[in-house]
Amino acid sequence: MPKSIAAQAAVSSASRPSAWAGRLARNRWLYLMVLPGLLYFLVFKYWPMYGIFIAFKDFQPFLGFWDSPFVGLKHFERLFGDPNFVVLFRNTLILAAYNILFFFPLPIIVALMLNELRQELTKRVVQTLVYIPHFMSWVVVVGIAYMFLTTEGGIMNELLARFGGEKINFLVSNEWFRTIVTAEVMWKETGWGTIIFLAALSGVDPQLYEAARMDGANRLRQLWHITLPAIRSTIIILLILRLGHFLDTGFEQIFLMLNAMNREVGEVFDTYVYSVGISQGQYSFSTAVGLFKSIVGLILVVVANNLAKKFGEEGIY
Amino acid sequence: MPIKPSWGSRIFDSVNVALLLAFALITVIPFIYVIAGSFATQKELLMRGFILFPTEFSLDAYKYIFSTRTLVRSLLVTVYITVAGTLINLFFTCLMAYPLARKDMDFRKPILMLIVFTMLFSGGMIPTFLVVKQLGMIDTYWSLLIPGAISAFNLIIIRNFFQQLPDGLEESAKIDGCNDLGIFLRIVLPLSMPAIATFSLFYAVGHWNTFFNAVLYINDHTKWPIQVLLRQIVILASGGVGDSTAMESDYVAPPDQAVKMAVIVVSTLPILLVYPFLQKHFAKGVLLGSVKG
Repeated sequence: MPKSIAAQAAVSSASRPSAWAGRLARNRWLYLMVLPGLLYFLVFKYWPMYGIFIAFKDFQPFLGFWDSPFVGLKHFERLFGDPNFVVLFRNTLILAAYNILFFFPLPIIVALMLNELRQELTKRVVQTLVYIPHFMSWVVVVGIAYMFLTTEGGIMNELLARFGGEKINFLVSNEWFRTIVTAEVMWKETGWGTIIFLAALSGVDPQLYEAARMDGANRLRQLWHITLPAIRSTIIILLILRLGHFLDTGFEQIFLMLNAMNREVGEVFDTYVYSVGISQGQYSFSTAVGLFKSIVGLILVVVANNLAKKFGEEGIY
Repeated sequence: MPIKPSWGSRIFDSVNVALLLAFALITVIPFIYVIAGSFATQKELLMRGFILFPTEFSLDAYKYIFSTRTLVRSLLVTVYITVAGTLINLFFTCLMAYPLARKDMDFRKPILMLIVFTMLFSGGMIPTFLVVKQLGMIDTYWSLLIPGAISAFNLIIIRNFFQQLPDGLEESAKIDGCNDLGIFLRIVLPLSMPAIATFSLFYAVGHWNTFFNAVLYINDHTKWPIQVLLRQIVILASGGVGDSTAMESDYVAPPDQAVKMAVIVVSTLPILLVYPFLQKHFAKGVLLGSVKG
């Protein structure tokens, strides 16, 4: 009975504190294996968290972390008094609202449609095709959008010109920025987004549909009374979690879509941190901006997760 | 006895199929447009505007981009980062995941909490940048390989996978005098090959697509991975937008449409090639992701 011997050994060593050394020695390989990863997390995740303190200092690289003067909340006062702050907040909120209104329902609708498909083959073909863009980098997606939208031979403007319209410089336009950003997200992630709903739908008992048919329910009624309730909780959870992450506008995408002409509507917290911190070298102020965003984000995620648990779901942690 | 579908039901089905096929088409057409355009001549592109099949087949764009040092170099850089980076990811992730899957490991819970917390809160862009800088990794490939060595999310999923392997095998190996590292290498890893293959693919796609870290950490344009070069050629050179950095000197002509499209194709192709494998595995990966620790 090897199992019981091992179990006994574990119990006896755990009960005696003096056996700690022995236990340490016995598990030495496990410790050794966990060490590189632990070091990784300490250096690349926890050291930067400690580095956040420069948000309360006037960090100067030549003085170093310790000798840079402590300035308290100066950078936060500057942030809250900055007219840019309102712009950042507004841009983030509007982009998030576009995302929830126009993108969020799409994967649900497509998943419901896929679920109604009777031919397995069609379903498989459609799924295979619509998942592809998820694996493309944002550079490729934005690059393709540029090929379509540029005024120099882009297909959109060629069509506009052919039908006698004026060319529109979509890429440097304030009016079109949010629409294009949202459309790109729709194109890239709708297919992929269906997976979680399809997984929930595959758990529905086919007998339910059969019973409904016997009762004379048509397809729409079946959809309404059986299919939708089956994914309702998934929808609610994803919506709550999305709200928890609403500050996280897709950073790489926005970064790529931004240019000198559309900053007014396109600048969000992350891109602002980049341009102020990396491009202008204001390390302390940009860290303060980042910290503000992280803290609000953390609170939102925790609240969202607790809400999700209230709805009887597991949440994410 | 199957019930004959009603007329309404049949119309419903046809509309549904039509809409879904339209959606699939919208997804695919931009790719076809770019691929077709990359094989077209500049003349035809200008004349016809929208091409799904070029009448005059031309390899000029590809000949041109592969004659530039810049593109070939950044492809090599990206291949190197993808291979080395994925190996580093797997080494760090699996090695750490195994002890955390063992119930007799001490400090298992606190270490896990330490990891999960990094998924909720992070130092942010600037403090991380300063750490990488302080370690002297700026302008080295290490900055693209090490700072993302472990994805906390993947680590937890792999750990859950290890945890559900039967204990009996480990026990008997232990009786046979195998130490924990031996158990991991000789029993756990071989049993987990399918899961590890899935994660290698995911990590590899991430490395091939690596973009922003390179923008942050790599100033030396001879070390740019393909995505950064792609942005330079397609996005910054389109319409003379914004803070466009000057083209490198070994670029003779300004890139025309076909050249831009060819660069997009080249930087996308490897992903399309592994896509069938990705597709086979990802559903499993996504579902694994829903298993909680």
